[in-house]
This record gives sequence, C-alpha cells and structure tokens, in this order.
Amino acid sequence: MSLDFDSARLPNPNFNEEHEAWRTQLRRFIDTEIMPYAEEWDEAGEIPMELWPKAAEVGLLGLGYPEEYGGVQEGIDSWYGWITNEELARHSVGGVNASLMVHGIGLPPVINWGPDWMKQEIAPPVLRGEKHISLGITEPGGGSDVAQLKTTAVRDGDHFIVNGSKTYITGGMRANWVSTAVRTGGEGAGGVSMLLIPTDAEGFSRTPLDRKQGWWASDTATLYFDNVRVPVENLIGEENKGFLVIMTNFNGERMAMAAGMEALGRVCLEEAVEWARDRNTFGKRLADHQVIRHKIAMMKQKLNATQAYIRCCYEAIEAGSPDPGDIALLKVQASETMEFCAREAMQILGGIGYMRGSRVERIYREVRVNAIGGGSEEIMRDLAARQYKL
Amino acid sequence: MKVLVAVKRVVDYNVKVRAKADGSDVDLNNVKMAINPFCEIAVEEAVRLKEAGTATEVVAVSIGDKACQEQIRTALALGADRGIQVETEGAVEPLVVAKLLKGVIEKEQPQLVILGKQSIDGDNNQTGQMLGALTNMAQGTFASEVAIDGDKVNVTREVDGGLQTVSLNLPAIVTTDLRLNEPRYASLPNIMKAKKKPLDVHTPADLGVEPKAHLTTLKVEPPAERQAGIMVESVEQLVDKLKNEAKVIS
Ligand SMILES: Cc1cc2nc3c(=O)[nH]c(=O)nc-3n(C[C@H](O)[C@H](O)[C@H](O)COP(=O)(O)OP(=O)(O)OC[C@H]3O[C@@H](n4cnc5c(N)ncnc54)[C@H](O)[C@@H]3O)c2cc1C
Repeated sequence: MSLDFDSARLPNPNFNEEHEAWRTQLRRFIDTEIMPYAEEWDEAGEIPMELWPKAAEVGLLGLGYPEEYGGVQEGIDSWYGWITNEELARHSVGGVNASLMVHGIGLPPVINWGPDWMKQEIAPPVLRGEKHISLGITEPGGGSDVAQLKTTAVRDGDHFIVNGSKTYITGGMRANWVSTAVRTGGEGAGGVSMLLIPTDAEGFSRTPLDRKQGWWASDTATLYFDNVRVPVENLIGEENKGFLVIMTNFNGERMAMAAGMEALGRVCLEEAVEWARDRNTFGKRLADHQVIRHKIAMMKQKLNATQAYIRCCYEAIEAGSPDPGDIALLKVQASETMEFCAREAMQILGGIGYMRGSRVERIYREVRVNAIGGGSEEIMRDLAARQYKL
Repeated sequence: MKVLVAVKRVVDYNVKVRAKADGSDVDLNNVKMAINPFCEIAVEEAVRLKEAGTATEVVAVSIGDKACQEQIRTALALGADRGIQVETEGAVEPLVVAKLLKGVIEKEQPQLVILGKQSIDGDNNQTGQMLGALTNMAQGTFASEVAIDGDKVNVTREVDGGLQTVSLNLPAIVTTDLRLNEPRYASLPNIMKAKKKPLDVHTPADLGVEPKAHLTTLKVEPPAERQAGIMVESVEQLVDKLKNEAKVIS
C-alpha cells in the first residue's frame, strides 16, 4: 500500500457513492480552478473575486445551507463537510480557504438565529458568491475571553450606536457585512449580543493585516466602529443572548478546522514519503534509514488516530449528540498532529523543504494559526475540563 | 435520438500507481478511483447533444462490480438520464466488454453510441472498434468533433497526418479523443438529484454473454528508473556517447 493522500485515509463505511462523486467533482474543480494559481495568490496576498461565483456554481459555497436561500441541504450530512475540508487542504494554501469559506463562520449565526428579513437579504447573495460576510468576535484587547469583550452597542431609539474595534478578522477587508459580537448589557457573558453590521455604514473603517506568518492569501483586517448607527432589527438572536449564538457557532468551525488540519498533515506525509523514496543518502534511499522510517510511521500513526477521532465526532453529530468537550479536544489532537507532521516532513525534505513554493513549507507556516484561531489549544483543554465537570 | 455512453471506473489519473511486489498486477488497495477521462468526454458530448435538442435521452452504461455504480452516478450527475450496470467480477477484457455492450445496444436500440477511445488503465484502445465489428455499425474513432446531420453523423477524426472527416449512417459508434470537449464539473445539487435517477442492473447472462478470459497477464513491473545524467564536455563527446553508449544514432 502506498502512502499518498488517498491511500493514507482510513476506510470509512459512512461514505457512499454520492460522497465519492462529490469528492471527485470537487477535486476536479480545485485542481483546475485553484491548484494552479494557489501559490501565486498566496504570494500576491490576494484572491481574484471571480473565484467566489465559480465556487458557488459547483456547490461549494452552498453546501449545507437551506435550498430557499440557494444552498443544498437535502440529503447533506456531515460526511460532505469532512470531504470538503479534506479536499480543500490538498492545495495547502490555507489563506485561500480561510477567505473563500469565511461565510462558514459568518453566515450560520444569521441562518440559525437571524430574523427572516435578514436571512432573505443576506444569505442568497453570499451563497451566490456575490457578497461576503465575516465573523467579528476577537478584539485588540483579547480573543479567548469572549465574555469580556469591550465593543459597545448602546440603544438610541430604534438604533444601536456601536463603538469599538475588532481584529484578526478573516475576510474583513472584503466583507459586506460582519456578524459582530457587541456589549449591549452589563459585564460578562450575559451582556453580549450579536449584531449584523453592514460595512458601508457611516463610521465604519478597516485596515489590512497583511504581514502574517501564514494565510497570506486571506484578507485579514482590523475593523473600527466609530459611532456606527445600526438598526435594532439587525440583532442576531435576542438581545444579551449573543454568547449562546457564539458558542453554538464554534462546534461547526472546530470540526471543519480539525478535518482540514488532519488532511494538511496527510499532505505532509505524502510529500515526505515521495521524497524519502526518491532521495539517496549514504548509499541508500532515505526511506531505508530506520530513523526516517520511524518518522513516517509516527506521522501515519497520529494521522490514523486523528481520523478515527474525527469520524467518532461526526458520528456523534449525525446521531444528534455531539459533545463540545470532545470536539474541543479533537481540535487540539488535530493541531498537534498537523504540527508534528509539518515538522517531520520538513526534516525529511531537508533544505528543499525550507524553500518557498512547496506545500510542506506553507503548511509549516500555517500550523500556529490553526492552533490559536477558533479557540486556542489552551482554551480547548480548559473548555473540555469544564465540560467533563473536573 | 437515444444516445448510449459507456463509462469505465479506473484509477484516478493523478495516482502514481505502483506494481504489487509479486508482479501480478498494480496495487489498487485504497487507491482513488474515478471515471476514465475519455469516458467523461463521451458523457459531456452526449449531454451537449441533449442540451442542443438533438438527443432525447442519454443512457450511461458501465461494466464492473458494484463499485462502478459510483461512476454511473457521476455520469448521471453530469446530465445523463438513467444508468445501466452490467455486473461482472474481476477484470474484463475489451472483447468481453464489447460483447456486453452489444447486448445492451440490442436491448436499448440507441442511435448513437459514444465511448472513450481508450481507458487510461489498460490503454488497449480496442473496445469501440470491436463493438463496431460485432454490431456491424459504422464507427468514427478518435473524434475531435461530432455533428449530427439528419440520419448521418459527421465525425472529425484525429489521424496521424491531421484531421479526417467521415460521414457515418446512424446508428453509429463514436470514440472520443482528448480535444472533443472540456467536460463540466457536476455540481453538488446535480449530484444530489442524480440519486433519484433510475439505475438498472443486468447480469451478463441477461445479455446472453458468458464472460471469458482470452488473455493472461504474465508480469506487471514498473518502468525502469531513470539514470542520473552527466554533463558532457563537447559536441564531439555528445555525438560519441549518443552513438556508442546510448546507441540512438549511428
Ligand atoms: C489569521 C487569523 C485569523 C483570525 N480570524 C478571526 C476571525 O475571522 N474572527 C474572529 O473573531 N477572530 C479571528 N481570529 C482571532 C482568534 O480567534 C484569536 O487569536 C484567538 O481566539 C486567541 O485570542 P488572542 O489572540 O486574543 O489571544 P489571547 O486570548 O490574548 O491569548 C493569548 C495566549 O494565552 C492563552 N490563554 C488565554 N487565556 C488562557 C487561560 N485562561 N488559561 C491558559 N491560557 C490562556 C491562549 O491560549 C494564548 O496562547 C483570527 C486569528 C488569526 C491569527
């Protein structure tokens, strides 16, 4: 058995013909429309706008969203999500996925908690790839401790007046709307609301955060709100109940990230194996040195464990009983696996691995954003310990 | 006009296949499979004929074990109307495939049959031609253009010297070359809709065919590995090496 991206995937009896058909078609789409340009976009720090409508056309943007807004939901289960995140990892330019799929964190609050007018106005153009929506939680003052956020929304008649700032916001430069966490009430989690803020509102401004370790292709931004007037009807969910909206959003984001991270680790394995079979040192293939063989075996071992754990969590989701603690720890399992695989693959590649232009080099630079964003490793363990009522 | 397209399940073109250690076959364990690229072109051409109003129904047929239903579903997602699987076990040779397809043609009575010129696994390039001989239908192989003209089909063929156009009486058999068209992607909504399209399963016995093996594979081995190159000092040395070492010029 070889150890390429597909062969290194454990069999999963949950996958049926339609799942495989989706994998095949999505792979063709990515191989044609993204793969050849991904590195160029990463270096340029930008993705062409045309990519969104193309991704909408093939069904990538609409996956899992209700048909009435232009999505595909009937018959869609978790396995489609896993396949999608796996396939997106293959080109290994994390910034492309972060920005292209950012509606995956920005839109669910609207769909799951927003009033009807909001869903009808926002969801269709986002799912057609014509408009963009981001999620604004993190602030310059802190990200992990969401309950302490400082951006305020003060009621003034039928409007809120928003003041404050959000930072590290993926897709923030291009967003037409931001699902934003604001303080409408008193201290702590009970004073937080979610508010849909249009970026053409007066008093809104943004600056790019374009010098990053990785995710270069993604338009990360800092957002500023200076007396921005937002209609009260833009509340997502009830006033002062925003914390619940934020927390329910995280499970989906963490599963998607875990699936992507495991697949990125698998790309590292594939690249390392190919190199180890090809490269000769001291009169034999790298793959024949025991030290290298063990590195590869350990990569596969950790990938196997992560895959099995992902499957377990998706099965729980499909059964309607996901455990947020298990999902939080899965995210840690996945980022540690990705980190290990990126490290070992780069060691096996040697000098060439350090040169820009290879998938392993990019993945290596994008380990930390996965280990920090969407809930850091420390916060995930903390959350799990609380869930397990330690 | 009814169009029949044949699709085959093969190793995905991106996979670097490896020979099994015992030399019996290539290793297919856990390898990504896909629809043969030439078959995908065949499906696309049939679907375009339907979109143009020339074809009324597109039927996709595949021969193989249950797994090949995946490729039939892909064809349905690309726009075919219904599927037929002829259930076989193990490898089937081009002649057997041609006989089984002949059986399907007799049942379905299509006006046009489109196949890939070859499949990228065995690279035999035989099935279309054998099918033409068995059915006595006209054949246009290596098509880069297919135009229906009343009860004829004009097929532009990619031949060694350039292009050749043949006019065939329908019903006819066409095999596709790479430049015939660029297949679309099946979108997720179409994949989901394809689930509801009918897919019938036949056995070879239903078609009056008994699959037989006429070929034995003696050995499967990887191509020789490329040797490291050297830098030559002069043109004379290059010519000398080409003549006396590589023996490619005399
Ligand atoms: C490229 C990129 C894109 C991002 N995109 C978005 C986005 O689209 N939307 C958005 O809202 N946010 C986004 N983020 C922000 C991300 O979610 C935060 O960076 C993350 O939540 C951590 O917050 P922080 O950076 O403020 O670190 P802090 O919360 O200040 O934490 C700093 C360190 O201390 C640790 N720590 C904190 N509290 C504890 C504790 N109680 N016990 C032990 N250790 C602790 C953390 O784990 C971390 O290691 C993005 C970040 C990056 C880098």
